[in-house]
Amino acid sequence: MQPVLSIAGLGKTYKSGHEALSGVDLTIDKGEIFALLGPNGAGKTTLISIVCGIVTPSAGTVTVAGHDHVQGYRAARSLIGLVPQELHTDAFEKVIATVSFSRGLFGKPRDPAFIEQLLRDLSLWDKRDAKILELSGGMKRRVMIAKALSHEPEILFLDEPTAGVDVELRRDMWAMVRSLRDRGVTIILTTHYIEEAEEMADRVGVISKGRLILVEEKHALIKKLGRKTLTLNLAEPLAAVPGELAEWRLELAGEGHELVYEFDSQAEATGVPSLLRRMSDIGIAFKDLHTKQSSLEDIFVGLVHDTKAEQPA
Amino acid sequence: MNANMRGIRAIYLFEMARFGRTFWTSLLMPVVTTSLYFVVFGSAIGSRMTEVSSVPYGAFIVPGLMMLTMFTESISNASFGIYMPKWTGTIYEMLSAPLSPLEMVVAYVGAAATKSVIIGAIIFATAHLFVDIQVAHPLLMAAFMLLMAVTFCLFGFIIGIWAQSFEQLQVVPLLVVYPLTFLGGAFYSLSMLPPAWQTVTLFNPVVYLISGFRWTFFGQGDVGIGVSMAAVALFLTLCLGVIFWVFRSGYRLKN
Repeated sequence: MQPVLSIAGLGKTYKSGHEALSGVDLTIDKGEIFALLGPNGAGKTTLISIVCGIVTPSAGTVTVAGHDHVQGYRAARSLIGLVPQELHTDAFEKVIATVSFSRGLFGKPRDPAFIEQLLRDLSLWDKRDAKILELSGGMKRRVMIAKALSHEPEILFLDEPTAGVDVELRRDMWAMVRSLRDRGVTIILTTHYIEEAEEMADRVGVISKGRLILVEEKHALIKKLGRKTLTLNLAEPLAAVPGELAEWRLELAGEGHELVYEFDSQAEATGVPSLLRRMSDIGIAFKDLHTKQSSLEDIFVGLVHDTKAEQPA
Repeated sequence: MNANMRGIRAIYLFEMARFGRTFWTSLLMPVVTTSLYFVVFGSAIGSRMTEVSSVPYGAFIVPGLMMLTMFTESISNASFGIYMPKWTGTIYEMLSAPLSPLEMVVAYVGAAATKSVIIGAIIFATAHLFVDIQVAHPLLMAAFMLLMAVTFCLFGFIIGIWAQSFEQLQVVPLLVVYPLTFLGGAFYSLSMLPPAWQTVTLFNPVVYLISGFRWTFFGQGDVGIGVSMAAVALFLTLCLGVIFWVFRSGYRLKN
């Protein structure tokens, strides 16, 4: 399948000398939901801005459905919708006017029926004649999404779509993203809420200090890099981890009531059965036990922390 | 792919709607200022001046008055038009749209120039209430008006892109264009100045523009019509050149 978006060797150094992106390669397939994770200032917005034509790259190429984004910018940009992070709106415009304006700007013929459906889908129809400055923050965010979807793009960029958004809108947004995907729209979102990526994304990319340090299918990532922890609730508290159990490198928690063992669930020998046998041999009894799979968040924090350690700023 | 005519139309109509929101002030402002100028210059002072090279003083100031207002209006409308999206951040949408720089300029400058021409026409109509004006070359006059509106809107567009604050937006029209126009023979003929000042004034580029416009009215100006035309062409080319460079380099549009 031809990728809907391919980015090769993309780099951006700002005039100030700040290197925001460096050597980014990324391929996005049609119809997938891709989450770009990274701390603030990692280069997420710069990456999106380059693809959308707002920032000129210092190096590299971007191809959108086979169209080079410089040579074939009209074809490339027609396929893209962007919801920026900040709420940039024309305060005095009416909702329906600003959404229709966006459709015209992207060269699409007027289609009042489509605009009506779009506004209804985003719960904006009742507010269509309201001026944007009269709307709440959440409503403004919906207007931004309506503007981005007004020209029926095949690729939608959502830059931090749920930053500062209430629970209801966030849930609506997730539902909207899924229904767009069902219609074949490719969605690329940036976020620093890991749960968002975990909830929605098919694939995850992690960006840190302008470098794409990892791209992986979400479940594979959790499986591959995920670690499990086994927690044993002891019958009698311990003062210290007994020497006989040293090889498992256990930790004592809960004021001596819990023994915590961290292990790699993919390994041939997890060490769990042998640990339990040894404990029974030396007479340490436990009341209960549970295991926990590490989340994307743990993985992410670990990854970004590692790159920070490698490249001291 | 062909030009994005719908995109041009969308921006043009958006800009015209913005003017429409202040329709009555936009309409009344030139009427009021024109009337004031006529009361002060036409009646109070003009009655002592009678004629400037066989043209009654009241009629003589009409082209200058039209140019003065059109210059400042063109610059402020066009600069504001492009500065606002930069300031509010909505420029992201223009930059991400399948719209060429030329199309963007055509839309913004086209809308601002339309407004300037309308204002010029209102002043022209208002002037008829006070004085009798015969236009020697009506077609040339209309063409000159249009050309001036477009040129100064291009100039305003450049200022709007260059400006990084509302203050900077005001500086050029108020501190450069307004004085140059005032001293550029808007209300007097160069021949009324002492010879030394005549020479100094010839360094003021606006002199050539106003003189050319006055020529289309009365068939005479401070400098030949050919010189005026050359000055207009030069200024227009200069503005187009700067705009071409702005979009090529992404100056203050794409960091």
